[in-house]
Amino acid sequence: MIDILIYITSGLGALFVLLAAVGTLRMPDQYLRISVNTKAATLGVGLLLVAAALFFLEISVSTRVVTVIIFILITAPVGAHLIGRTSYFLGNELWGKFVIDDLKGKYNKSTHELKGEDKETESENEKDSTPKT
Amino acid sequence: MNVHDFLYYIILPILSISSLLVFVRFFKGPSIVDRVVALDLLITIGIGIIAIYSVITDEPTFLDISLVLALIAFLGTVAFAYYLEKRNKND
Repeated sequence: MIDILIYITSGLGALFVLLAAVGTLRMPDQYLRISVNTKAATLGVGLLLVAAALFFLEISVSTRVVTVIIFILITAPVGAHLIGRTSYFLGNELWGKFVIDDLKGKYNKSTHELKGEDKETESENEKDSTPKT
Repeated sequence: MNVHDFLYYIILPILSISSLLVFVRFFKGPSIVDRVVALDLLITIGIGIIAIYSVITDEPTFLDISLVLALIAFLGTVAFAYYLEKRNKND
């Protein structure tokens, strides 16, 4: 019974990791590649770790596995957001078939601040840019 | 075919092939962001390989290394993003 569960979880995990690798190789754009990395690879590695926990069935192993999975679940979106933001600042072009670019013209490329609807951020930018005497 | 053979002859080759595919992107990548993303994915696949290898060799101690690797992957991504943005700002 537990063997069948190990077959299923490890097989699905390896399949998702393979899909993430193929997506990283074939996606046409950096942002789509980042998206593939965060979702498919996180799920695949989580399933592989669950397979290891099911094989050992000890409390010490299970706590380690849960720790690693929670750590990956927390850090993967943060890292993906940071590297995507950097990629936007570096001026990497979107894929040609994108219909809409919501961030276009909203990032101030010199101060790295996002312009919102209200005027507060702009006034703060002006304060920061003027040298204090 | 027991669990050991299944993991050894099917799962590990799939993971090896996927890491090779990511290596292709790592060498080809047009910009440095692609390389950072590919490095992150390589370390993540390494965590999976460590998990499967600990099952094959029946050594649960190897799972500690996967925690350290996850930490290093996150730190590397954050540091690369921070310094790439700084470099862009100074130019």
